[in-house]
Amino acid sequence: MSTISPEYDYLFKLLLIGDSGVGKSCLLLRFADDTYTDSYISTIGVDFKIRTIELEGRTIKLQIWDTAGQERFRTITSSYYRGAHGIIIVYDVTDQDSFNNMHLWMEEINRYASENVNKLIVGNKSDLTSKKAVDYTTAKEYADSLGVPFLETSAKNATNVEQAFLTMAAEIKNRVSSGPTQNDSHKSNLHIQSGPLRQEGAGQEDGGGGCC
Amino acid sequence: MAAESSKQFWKRSAKLPGSIQPVYGAQHPPLDPRLTKNFIKERSKVNALPMKNKKASSFHEFARDTSDAWDIGDDEDEDFSSFQTLNSKVAKATAAQVLENHSRLRVKPEWPQAALSETPANCKVIKSSSDAQIFRTPEDVCTHNSLHKQQSLPLRPIIPLVARISDQNASGAPPMTVREKTRLEKFRQLLSSSNTDLDELRKCSWPGVPREVRPVTWRLLSGYLPASMERRKLTLQRKREEYFGFIEQYYDSRNEEHHQDTYRQIFERILFIWAIRHPASGYVQGINDLVTPFFVVFLSEYVEEDVENFDVTNLSQDVMRSIEADSFWCMSKLLDGIQDNYTFAQPGIQKKVKALEELVSRIDEQVHNHFREYEVEYLQFAFRWMNNLLMRELPLRCTIRLWDTYQSEPEGFSHFHLYVCAAFLIKWRKEILDEKDFQGLLMLLQNLPTIHWGNEEIGLLLAEAYRLKYMFADAPNHYRR
Repeated sequence: MSTISPEYDYLFKLLLIGDSGVGKSCLLLRFADDTYTDSYISTIGVDFKIRTIELEGRTIKLQIWDTAGQERFRTITSSYYRGAHGIIIVYDVTDQDSFNNMHLWMEEINRYASENVNKLIVGNKSDLTSKKAVDYTTAKEYADSLGVPFLETSAKNATNVEQAFLTMAAEIKNRVSSGPTQNDSHKSNLHIQSGPLRQEGAGQEDGGGGCC
Repeated sequence: MAAESSKQFWKRSAKLPGSIQPVYGAQHPPLDPRLTKNFIKERSKVNALPMKNKKASSFHEFARDTSDAWDIGDDEDEDFSSFQTLNSKVAKATAAQVLENHSRLRVKPEWPQAALSETPANCKVIKSSSDAQIFRTPEDVCTHNSLHKQQSLPLRPIIPLVARISDQNASGAPPMTVREKTRLEKFRQLLSSSNTDLDELRKCSWPGVPREVRPVTWRLLSGYLPASMERRKLTLQRKREEYFGFIEQYYDSRNEEHHQDTYRQIFERILFIWAIRHPASGYVQGINDLVTPFFVVFLSEYVEEDVENFDVTNLSQDVMRSIEADSFWCMSKLLDGIQDNYTFAQPGIQKKVKALEELVSRIDEQVHNHFREYEVEYLQFAFRWMNNLLMRELPLRCTIRLWDTYQSEPEGFSHFHLYVCAAFLIKWRKEILDEKDFQGLLMLLQNLPTIHWGNEEIGLLLAEAYRLKYMFADAPNHYRR
């Protein structure tokens, strides 16, 4: 269908979720545009950015969906889980409640995302050391109990932001390139279609209803 | 804070993830004393908005205090209030007569008061019970569950205000043409008549309101000010007092001082009061944007230079209070018409995005099919168009111009906006059709290049929207495939 062969080997869809104000948009802004702003502009519904990275000799295009954290938007944001290959759950290290809510976000993932979706827990705002409310070990233990990788980041001074997204990308790549089953089709898909990559498996429906 | 959460904190049973900033009263009034306690605790920790916890501590108190939130509409308010004063006069006179004639001292303290509050009291009873019903809807049960954590969240100030205030300011505007002068004259005439002809005012305002008369025109068009000239002053005074009554009641400013007001604090108060009076929606991100045009327009009455760089503390407290109260009331009027955009699951938005899709499929099949081909969904870009009334897509000066028309057009914000969105989308058809992949389309649609737009572009957009409305609104099958 598409005559242009895509300029990448993989296309991964990532989703950022987490409470309002934890810094999801700032993480994405840092990763995609390498900038930071102190002013707060709430995300309405979803925002969208892309960045292409090189990983183990492969070109990977990351399509990143940044969701609104406010609960009222849950109806629309939940429709974005299904097509995601990876979900980054963000909390704010200075805000205990945003960490306490992690399990609720995990429930959302179980409810709406594909079963084998990759996850990553990120504690953002690590630069605010004096205000820190969630210590590293607590978060690490929690992440370990779920078998999910964990990082503390600072979108402000760029600490670990790159690593967070690269970790996510590497995890997904490992999964799709080693997975003997359905996921193999992804790569070949990519060469014939420049549109969004579809994740096989849970919740596949027809064209409508939030492919991404 | 960290200490009170045990290791197993994640097993706590809350129902929904995520959080609403409780800064604005969010979903709920402080019904539960535990919440209030948390809230207060948080508030001392974080430098944020306080809430008077002794007030409205039970549902009944809350219902009584906010029984007007749903409301007899401030639309009828004018008549209603004159009715009230009339009533009280009659009542007082009657009471006096009764007292005189019968010397029944026992009724003395009660009579006038009872009579005074008779009519409003009746209304209130009805309204209160409807409040109660609203509270029992499933959605609220659901939001209720999340209340606990929401209320205990730290209060992060989140208003992206100042960055986005750039105005309708006329600095650098060309001198007025004869036509503009005539128009302004016409407005002045209408506005100064003893009883402003609102239909005529709407007609004149549709193509844009001159900057000089915009503040008063907006107050009239929104239904905040009465058409009758002689009642305006009193109405303004009363409504402003009423608003600051809410502030005292719900929003206990820590030092009881307002002289340190910044844009942000003013916005927080406005949103807080609105949210607490509208528990079915509460504060939803995006509503904050909707205050800005009112605020900027009302501020422009007092500020010549660029509003963006203006330090509000330079204004007298009286002026600031008027701007704040007027912004609150006008925003409330606007939100009354689109509240289903912000209630649970946001049905108003869902409906309008569907309608937009349907409309576009009829007016520009090519664009519609292009979206289908690349699996772009309308919700992915148009949700924000609806939730924020295109404010995130347009410069503020354009929004202000757009609202001249929205306030002149019947159901401007709730209905006509749909046609504006359709016209807006089609405006970019060439750019859209040029994009040949999903990423490119989404990047385009979420960042449409309107930064240089002004009145002219908005004028054309509105004309096209008007055309669409007339072609399609009453002809649902027109162009249907």
